[in-house]
Amino acid sequence: MSDVYVVGIDMIRFGRYPERTVPSLAAEATLMALDDCGLSIRDMQALYCGNLGQASGMVGQRMLAEIGQTGIPVTNVANACATGATAFRDAWMAIKAGIYDIVLAVGVEQMGKGLLGGSASEPSPEGLIGSGSMPAMFSQIGIEHARKYGTTFAQFSGVSVKNHWHSTMNPKSMYRMETPLQEVMAAEMIAWPNTKLMCSVNVDGSAAAVLVSEAKMRQLGLVGRAIKVRASEMSSNPFQDRQMAMPDFSSATRLAARRAYEMAGVGPEDISLVELHDCFATAEIVHYENLGLCTDGEAGRLIDDGETRLGGRIPVNVSGGLLSKGHPLGATGIANIYEIATHLRGEAGDRQVNGARLGLTHVVGGGPGMGTACAIHVLEKV
Amino acid sequence: MNAKDDTQPTIVPYLKRDESGKPYLAGSKCTACGHVFVGERTVCAKCTARGQMVSVHLAETGKLYVYTIIHRSFPGVKTPFVDVIVDLDDGAHLKGTLVGVKPEPEAIAFDLPVKIAYREAEPVNKPGKPHLSYVFEPALEA
Ligand SMILES: [Zn+2]
Repeated sequence: MSDVYVVGIDMIRFGRYPERTVPSLAAEATLMALDDCGLSIRDMQALYCGNLGQASGMVGQRMLAEIGQTGIPVTNVANACATGATAFRDAWMAIKAGIYDIVLAVGVEQMGKGLLGGSASEPSPEGLIGSGSMPAMFSQIGIEHARKYGTTFAQFSGVSVKNHWHSTMNPKSMYRMETPLQEVMAAEMIAWPNTKLMCSVNVDGSAAAVLVSEAKMRQLGLVGRAIKVRASEMSSNPFQDRQMAMPDFSSATRLAARRAYEMAGVGPEDISLVELHDCFATAEIVHYENLGLCTDGEAGRLIDDGETRLGGRIPVNVSGGLLSKGHPLGATGIANIYEIATHLRGEAGDRQVNGARLGLTHVVGGGPGMGTACAIHVLEKV
Repeated sequence: MNAKDDTQPTIVPYLKRDESGKPYLAGSKCTACGHVFVGERTVCAKCTARGQMVSVHLAETGKLYVYTIIHRSFPGVKTPFVDVIVDLDDGAHLKGTLVGVKPEPEAIAFDLPVKIAYREAEPVNKPGKPHLSYVFEPALEA
């Protein structure tokens, strides 16, 4: 099986584009990714297109209708917050399988403002039987960490301080404003202990990547800025006793992380930077441990000691993360890969992680009564 | 409370009434691995056993595992309220709203003993249509 490389990758600046269509957002990122490697849509042999909001709307085909209908096979993908990463992994698998040697993966989302979660089922038990909101789920996960290890409100808030600071250096971030600790803690409480500044931002966005086999990369002369995919792993939620009351994102992350490190033949200590799924500040804390960036119970200390800040031992979410860069659900997985690729190429400007050689991306999503989808990629500078 | 009105719909499928109209929480116990599930089911998600599930009435007492205090909910839902995950005394795990405590972190203790109380309530999307629901409330320690 050939190794798989990313030769072209890009994302649009995340923001609010209510006047645009979903296919047009996808098309913009696709053309940027093609320009990144000097190729054309005519060179692509297949398309994997990730989107949640219009999952039954054939977004991939509609995008090709805007930029060139070459007749290639299109697979439209929906997999909660792992949607974009799942499309990327499908492209990776198609090349691994030897079916194609140059494939396009796209992730795109157009979102409204406001609170996510809740079910369409009637009657609504919201408020009567707890809450079905996303903040409720991830706040309980944070409180579970506090129960086990004494993690504090200030430590959870510190995640947001860090990621908002990082985003000031990222021109593609939705927000680019520093938020001091006092401001984060004093912001409107959404669900204890997550304030409004500790919840990810609903935005519109798109990201795209061109994946190739090793032979194709050499044939095209695209070795120079190529990024090697060292591992691509996914998982769903293995059974956990409390899962029906309290959705579980940790065991799926641990499962995928273990397999990804195995596939890559590296350990967490070898990783230069991480883009992980900080949909809420509390989530970033538990994923430090789930991804092996520290031992269980140490995550609060990582924030206290600045180990996950730019310049620290293992910088996390240098892009600004979902908390500040924004979280367009279907685009997030490929945007994270773009961020890592940009650092591995040494093109990240003010936020560059110096000497970055190996990076890890992580997305995990799901909801009450739905289950979990997790995807992890390990990427390496060629 | 008007739980004796047995024509009243229930807020969630696992909340049911027995022949006498008395409310209970329906569960399933896997006789292969012993796990107790909320709701009725036939196959075990934990051990994959088929045909080993028996219907049970869930315990109505337990201990608070974790909580959050909801300040922002969906339109029309009154806040703040306390959302808890409870480990029931029979091993099942149940989500619900905790009443009878201040909605403040300082007022809520891990492992707080709680009990189920059945109540009539109007879903936010069904105004004027009371449903049978349940809440957790602090239980006095024995
Ligand atoms: Zn079983």
